[in-house]
Amino acid sequence: MATVAPRLETKAPRHTALVRVTHWLTVISFLALLVTGCEILVSHPRFYWGEVGNDLTRPLFIIPIPASRDMVPTGYHVVLPDENGWSRYLHFEAAWVLVLTAFVYGLAGLFSGHFRRDLFPERGNRSLRAHWERLAKYLRRAPPDDAEARSYNVLQRTAYVVVIFILFPMIIWTGLAMSPSFTSAFPATASLLGGRQSARTLHFFLTGLLVLFLVVHVTMIAMSGFRSRMRAMIAGRAAAPRERP
Amino acid sequence: MSPISRRKLITTGVAAAAGVSGLAEAARLAQRYGLIPPDHGGIYGPGETLTYAAQRLLTRHSMARTFPRSMISKTPFANEVVPRGKDFERSQSNRFLDWRLVVDGMVSRPLSLSLADIKSSFPVHSQITEVACEEGWSYIAEWIGTPLHEVLTAAGLEPQVRYIVYYSMDHVIWESIDMADALHPQTLLTWGMNDGDLPVGFGGPLRLRVPRQLGYKSVKYVIRFTATDDIKKFGKGLGSIDPEGGYAWYAGI
Repeated sequence: MATVAPRLETKAPRHTALVRVTHWLTVISFLALLVTGCEILVSHPRFYWGEVGNDLTRPLFIIPIPASRDMVPTGYHVVLPDENGWSRYLHFEAAWVLVLTAFVYGLAGLFSGHFRRDLFPERGNRSLRAHWERLAKYLRRAPPDDAEARSYNVLQRTAYVVVIFILFPMIIWTGLAMSPSFTSAFPATASLLGGRQSARTLHFFLTGLLVLFLVVHVTMIAMSGFRSRMRAMIAGRAAAPRERP
Repeated sequence: MSPISRRKLITTGVAAAAGVSGLAEAARLAQRYGLIPPDHGGIYGPGETLTYAAQRLLTRHSMARTFPRSMISKTPFANEVVPRGKDFERSQSNRFLDWRLVVDGMVSRPLSLSLADIKSSFPVHSQITEVACEEGWSYIAEWIGTPLHEVLTAAGLEPQVRYIVYYSMDHVIWESIDMADALHPQTLLTWGMNDGDLPVGFGGPLRLRVPRQLGYKSVKYVIRFTATDDIKKFGKGLGSIDPEGGYAWYAGI
């Protein structure tokens, strides 16, 4: 794999302190939400569409794993230990960290021009064709050009925009749609999604999409030089010589 | 690194002091307006307190979603996890004629009511609401009974009451709710379901439905309500049996 000249690396802009702090807060809370979310799922690994669904209702689909509740018909003769108590406490505490982080990041990103400058695909370079061309370039494993070494390319921009402005807001919304108290004040949060069980099913699929992003994101970082990328996101500088994957 | 300037040091110090006193003031106000749940301690305390406080600011008077008759579940699920016990079986064999509901604690007129008393002395309400279990499943049913606030009012609540503690005939489950939920018009002392008697599997003869919280707050086989201003006196002081078993006291999420 070709390398980028160190000259460009030293010119690469720092991540602002705000981006770095909110990035790692998001990482910590997302991992906590993921682990506890999987744990909560184990108590009822069945999914439905609409408002209601239970053991006596035909499911939309079933995750083929044992449950932590013996009355759930999973076909397994194993009952996993119940860990929902601390999982639920931690899930909602981590959700608060995520929401408050998103609030700060959202306001700052709006007013600092971070979204407009760094994230939204640039005018004249946001067509489907532009995305395909950049993807082809990745597949050829061509080195990033001059501009890309200092900024995000169109695929990165689109991926970040989808995650930040669609997937995260949607996963927060579908989570709130499962709250009997929140939906008492804002019933549309549940009804617009087709009901409580639809919200739960969407919450599950959105998690899948976020995990897919996480896998691709970490893979790309590993391929472009794990240590220098980590240094950039921790210390804000990326001046180290480029590593090979 | 440049050395920290005096101005920066002073600004940081002032900001930190303001932050600390701001937090202390916020905690005082939260305590005063009842925004701190009984299980506010420990590493999950901050998250739980934020959830409870936010819900109390947003949803003190909001009404749980209700559904059309056509959405009543044809296959409701009776979640039977705790053995009902010998006392329950004895009363069941007596067709619940000896069932008593006691209302005591900080009330001016303690009550001891039979099922017939409850059905004849108080207004009858019905609601079509959803039971949502913390595990993820749910069903909708029509619930018939009398609003809890009618019974509490008849008992004469003292003004300083902050929580209503309630107990199940199974002698295991005990719960509590704050006054926002206890006096809420949909918090229903329920004896009927879908135009019939409330089946035993669903909590019959008497269940407290708290539709703005998860199913585990809707205790089956209720026999006693105790009004109190000090929740610390009950059990381990965490509000209900839930935090003692690792679960959140407030289940509105």
